[in-house]
Amino acid sequence: MAKTMMMIDGNEAAAYIAHKTNEVCAIYPITPSSPMGELADEWSARGQANIWGTIPHVIEMQSEGGAAGAVHGSLQTGALTTTFTASQGLLLMIPNMYKIAGELTSTVFHIAARTVATHALSIFGDHSDVMAARQCGWAMLAAGSVQEVMDFALIAQASTLKARVPFVHFFDGFRTSHEVQKIERVEEEVIRAMIDDDLVRAHRARGLTPDHPIIRGTAQNPDVFFQAREAANPYYEAVPGIVQAAMDKFGEMTGRQYKLFEYIGAPDAEVVLVSMGSSTQTIEDTVEYLTAQGVKVGAIKARLYRPFFGEAFINALPATCKTVVALDRTKEPGATGEPLYLDMVTALMEHYAERPEPFARIPRIIGGRYGLSSKEFTPAMVKAVIENAQSAKPKNHFTVGIKDDITHTSLEFDPAFSIESDKVFRGKFYGLGSDGTVGANKNSIKIIGTETDDYAQGYFVYDSKKSGSMTVSHLRFGPEPIRACYLVNAPNFVACHQATFLNQYDMLSDAVEGSTFLLNTTTSADKAWDMLPRKVQDTILAKKIKYYVVDAYEVAAKHGMGRRINTVMQTCFFALCGVLEKDAAIEAIKKSIKKTYGKKGDAIVAQNFAVVDDALSGLHEVKVPDKAAGDVEMRPAVSKKAPIFVQEVLAPMMSQCGDTIPTSALPADGTFPTATTQWEKRNIALEVPIWDPDVCIQCGKCAMVCPHACIRIKAYDPKHLDGAPDSFLSMDTKGGNFYPGNKYTIQVAPEDCTGCTLCVEVCPAKNKSQPRLKAINMEPHDQVVERERVNYDFFLSLPEVDRTTVRMDQVKTSQLLRPLFEYSGACAGCGETPYLKLLTQLFGDRTAIANATGCSSIYGGNLPTTPYAQDGNGRGPAWSNSLFEDNAEFGLGYRLAYDKRGEYAQELVKALAPKIGDDLATAILEADQSEEIGIIQQRERVAALIEKLKGVDDPKARELETEAEMLVKKSVWIVGGDGWAFDIGYGGLDHVLASGRDVNVLVLNTEVYSNTGGQSSKATPRAAVAKFAYGGKQVPRKDLGMIAMSYGGIYVASIAMGANDLQTVKAFLEAESYPGPSLIIAYSHCIAHGFDLKYGIQQQKAAVDSGYLPLYRFDPRKAEAGENPLHMDSRAPKIKFEDYAYNETRYKMLTKSNPAEAKRLMELAQHDIEVRRAMYEQLAADGPAKGGATPTGQGN
Amino acid sequence: MMNMATKYLGLDLEHPLVAGAGPLAYEIDSIKRLEEGGAAAIVLHSLFEEQLVHDQYALNHFLHYGRESFAESLSYFPEHEEFHLGPEEYLRHIQAAKEAVKVPVIASLNGDSIGGWTRFASLMEQAGADGIELNIYYIPTDPTRSGAEIENMYVEITREVASSVNIPVAVKIGSQFTAPVHFINRLHEAGAAGIVMFNRFYQPDIDIEELEVRPHLMLSNSSDLHVPLRWIAIAYGHVKADLAATSGVHHAADVLRYLMAGATVVQMTSCLLKYGAGHVQHLLDEVKTWMTEKEYTSVAQLRGSLSQLHCPNPEGFERANYMKTLQSYR
Repeated sequence: MAKTMMMIDGNEAAAYIAHKTNEVCAIYPITPSSPMGELADEWSARGQANIWGTIPHVIEMQSEGGAAGAVHGSLQTGALTTTFTASQGLLLMIPNMYKIAGELTSTVFHIAARTVATHALSIFGDHSDVMAARQCGWAMLAAGSVQEVMDFALIAQASTLKARVPFVHFFDGFRTSHEVQKIERVEEEVIRAMIDDDLVRAHRARGLTPDHPIIRGTAQNPDVFFQAREAANPYYEAVPGIVQAAMDKFGEMTGRQYKLFEYIGAPDAEVVLVSMGSSTQTIEDTVEYLTAQGVKVGAIKARLYRPFFGEAFINALPATCKTVVALDRTKEPGATGEPLYLDMVTALMEHYAERPEPFARIPRIIGGRYGLSSKEFTPAMVKAVIENAQSAKPKNHFTVGIKDDITHTSLEFDPAFSIESDKVFRGKFYGLGSDGTVGANKNSIKIIGTETDDYAQGYFVYDSKKSGSMTVSHLRFGPEPIRACYLVNAPNFVACHQATFLNQYDMLSDAVEGSTFLLNTTTSADKAWDMLPRKVQDTILAKKIKYYVVDAYEVAAKHGMGRRINTVMQTCFFALCGVLEKDAAIEAIKKSIKKTYGKKGDAIVAQNFAVVDDALSGLHEVKVPDKAAGDVEMRPAVSKKAPIFVQEVLAPMMSQCGDTIPTSALPADGTFPTATTQWEKRNIALEVPIWDPDVCIQCGKCAMVCPHACIRIKAYDPKHLDGAPDSFLSMDTKGGNFYPGNKYTIQVAPEDCTGCTLCVEVCPAKNKSQPRLKAINMEPHDQVVERERVNYDFFLSLPEVDRTTVRMDQVKTSQLLRPLFEYSGACAGCGETPYLKLLTQLFGDRTAIANATGCSSIYGGNLPTTPYAQDGNGRGPAWSNSLFEDNAEFGLGYRLAYDKRGEYAQELVKALAPKIGDDLATAILEADQSEEIGIIQQRERVAALIEKLKGVDDPKARELETEAEMLVKKSVWIVGGDGWAFDIGYGGLDHVLASGRDVNVLVLNTEVYSNTGGQSSKATPRAAVAKFAYGGKQVPRKDLGMIAMSYGGIYVASIAMGANDLQTVKAFLEAESYPGPSLIIAYSHCIAHGFDLKYGIQQQKAAVDSGYLPLYRFDPRKAEAGENPLHMDSRAPKIKFEDYAYNETRYKMLTKSNPAEAKRLMELAQHDIEVRRAMYEQLAADGPAKGGATPTGQGN
Repeated sequence: MMNMATKYLGLDLEHPLVAGAGPLAYEIDSIKRLEEGGAAAIVLHSLFEEQLVHDQYALNHFLHYGRESFAESLSYFPEHEEFHLGPEEYLRHIQAAKEAVKVPVIASLNGDSIGGWTRFASLMEQAGADGIELNIYYIPTDPTRSGAEIENMYVEITREVASSVNIPVAVKIGSQFTAPVHFINRLHEAGAAGIVMFNRFYQPDIDIEELEVRPHLMLSNSSDLHVPLRWIAIAYGHVKADLAATSGVHHAADVLRYLMAGATVVQMTSCLLKYGAGHVQHLLDEVKTWMTEKEYTSVAQLRGSLSQLHCPNPEGFERANYMKTLQSYR
């Protein structure tokens, strides 16, 4: 059989088999498993059939719970069915998994194993999710490499059909799911041979059908349940044999023979490590290295974890074994050990109780934890584990890979220990997210993997920011199979695609002697030495590193590619690494370009070809002098003014040194300070906006739309200008009632701005002589940053506006309020964050936010820093994220707590009234907190109360001291995206909205799952392309606002800041003031819409002008006053839907891939708009609503 | 029997009234209506090479924008297997038009690169177009480029395209050339079988409230006829290329004027948008009626009769005309 080698990642490997061996796939996106479902959907959409020649049906559900239900139903009715998931998704499937196993149903779930959220969410890999499902009665098969993923996916599928026990097939999230490896494809004839059609037919025959009616899913009573449960035992006992048989059959056909527990290493090993997943690869390499040096060590790759077949495990151990080490990639606090450890202990003890053979004495078993949340697991750590096991008193229940200075579980290891062969190329590439570095490196490694006999591996690391993010690509290739499942840590090639990283990250610290350093810089080769920080120069000299520069920007710009330097850098990489002859390399790159871009048009291909041909003209070797020179130093991550915690904990994270932080430095319960983005000066903008007071009309729109709170406005007494920098700009306030006699300044935060230009686009004022200039104009960052940094520091020292003087219901005045959401890592030009910023301006000092998982929880709460800030009194939003699916309920919990605690505080005030004074007590209890002034006065009363309580000798006074702040209004905001509100959290949202409680729900509606990469939600409009809406969404979007309005007692607003900023402000104020549930659906443009976000405001306006997005406010208070509660804030359509829609790639791309379908869907979408608009107009025109629920009005 | 037969670009037409490039050619149904309405030939709307290239760049840019930057969202769109980013749709349209009507179908090409022009022209020929109208839509905003350089560019494009196809090629030009007749002959020598006079470039307008320049799109009216009329009249007899008149044809008299000036055919677009496809037949009937009343027997008899070459007062087309106009104004 001819071998086909391919370069793919683990997700694709799993999806490949799953799609070929199933008929139905029900999924829900969750990182890092999403690509499996997306690929299955794409393949089906393109008409790719399974091995029976029929195209699998793929459906996206509203949650993993829903997906599991659909899978269960499909299995019960006889279709071969699968799903893909991870982490919380797997947890949501557990109830159905019990049922599926209990009913002895053949299926395989493919899991990209990921951390389960505990003290924090993590998208990265460990086994905490699959271990949380180990009790469901499923077989569990662990793959450790991309090749094993493909192989085990098939072995699992073959086995489940035979065994009737369902299988969890899992592999490490990101490390394996996203690692690109050269593997041998499992050919269709192998798949056909492995899948027994008789068993498939038997599976179908077990399906429910009225033609042969049976009943399954009965309720059983104490008389029989137990026995029936035990009746399944033979099926589980048979599983190990079935799996091994499948492995053997597979081995015969492919030459890749696997075992349930596979031993590697010295035949006379005294120490044996046992693990699952990708760690087995690293351990194998290390064991091989050490045994060659005479170390008596071995390892067992545990493949079939459930059912845990102790006999196979014992048989795999060499008789010489003295110590067995269980390595678990999970943590179970309070347990006597982690799962693999416990299973091994049980197996060994049970074995030894029967007979001691083959061991002279029972081996000692120790267990340890490693690799939580994709923590690195390297040969150095493996060596440390072995040395611990060899020691006289080894640590049990150890950890490795961290520094535990609290409970001292951690093993010391030598980070410099490396086992990598000189034959292996090891490259690290530092790029900017937007410059195409990762794409180019994926491409390069695929070229090497397919055009040469070398084995190749690519792994890619991203940071936690969505704008200006740094990526690091780790590439290896060489003549032997690559099993190094850890980051490149001894590179012989380092490329820096963004020169500004030089001063921030010590990129050459781990480079080996004689390695190559390639820098993209606009600095010429003759000056390229002097520009390097001294530390970098010293490293280059000490390690004799060859130093090359290229001005990739110049080459890219010359060929119209802007800042996308990927092709230039890729060509230079090939030229320097020498893996292919120059001409062969260029030909291979061009072939790859043709493959990648061919379908996107000849012009793109020609453009990239031209860049390839021109790339090497700018590549120069830098003559390295004998000694370091110049005075450039590495830039500290944060200012010395930063708080200690920021300096000692957050700063190392910013510098990519978070791995060095010990346990004692980290909060054990996940509690972190807010207001920390202010210390992370990222300087990512190429241009920043500069104010021109001569043109400004003081409308405030620029500050309003700024997604990152980098445009600030203050009005202040002129006396405060004393000591202002010469370059600081100000003007007199304009407008009779607008702070007369004051000075007015609009100031940019130059080091925090992302350069999105939304502020410039929205500015309505034009320079009269040169109308292309506005009152705010972009200028080169490097030319203004020093000046504006000083100006911004002075600006921040100016007094904040007195909140009691501010008219909140105007854009102009509201923007004088200090934002308490600033400098987030959201995408440049984000459409969501301006709403959050406004929320914090209006109510931030009294707001608690419950945030659904998604974009807003990532830019809101992803370490190292948080954008939620504090005012001068130390008040600001309190924020937390529970899960994706439960956010409404989580936020309602806030309300319940505040209400109860407030009520208790009031009871205490009443009880203590004689001691604290009746006047104060009455004033507190009867306070009107509906306006800003009322809240401020209540805070003053509470301060007075706390002062008085100090002198009151009464236990109730002590109680009231802790609860007194609950007497001040707390505003609860439940925030999330459409994926949460329309889909996974809808049931809970509906319940919370119907509760009548005083909560405010803000739905940041981007109409797709933005955070996980643009999957369709029920907010996705008809005709738009999204993942799982490959051929364009076929049905209209859900009208969440209309559903909520039907209750009658819920305040509902549909807003779009870009179309009507005043209505946006009013909606927030009305929602917050409404003493019941409020729902704001905020249209948010998004990078997933596929247009230049600087036109976000225009697009929002176009969405409204087309009638697609009706703006309205539904206020039940109006109904109580006898008026129609629904007020339309947008007018009749002025443009066609397509005039708005076709500015966005999500709609436009279908016109290029399927023009006829695009036309059909566009006509239907236009019709949807007309029907919906007519309905709204009728409702708004009708008389006042009758009846309707009345909110409870509970709360402060 | 009135002989209206006309030969344009070597194509035999029943009469000289042709549907010019415009939106009515977007749909096959309306192309059929143009034929039913009497058009002797139909020029399709333009294939814009720039638009195609722009669409490619834009699609590529936005499909890649933001990719591979953040671990959870390594892409934002599904990978469609193929995109129709080339001229395939337009080429299919030519084929469909050819199948739908019997009159000649002339494809229109608007581009800005030699490679694009020739490749697309060849594809248009393969798709069945009876001829090609090159619309060289070039606004010379670059102050460093001379008139001669720009004329050479026109000639070069014409030569490249004409030599790449075996069907006739007409070139649509603007009116602002220093020596139009000389230039027409250069284009003819380069391979242009006909010259379409003139392209009515959309003229920008200034919005004094918003302080912005706005595109200004207006349908033509009869007053737009005079510039092409003059240059057709001057060129007639001095050039071998067929002359197609376009701009400002709304009435039968407009058609007659152009024919008398020397136009081989008269293209109409704005009036068809305004009055519908049937307006061709309406004008044709009126032209025929007028010719009958005036005892003309063929359109050949009419053509060029009032060109500068044949008219009784040739100075009317020269500078003196300007002087007289001014005097009459006073």
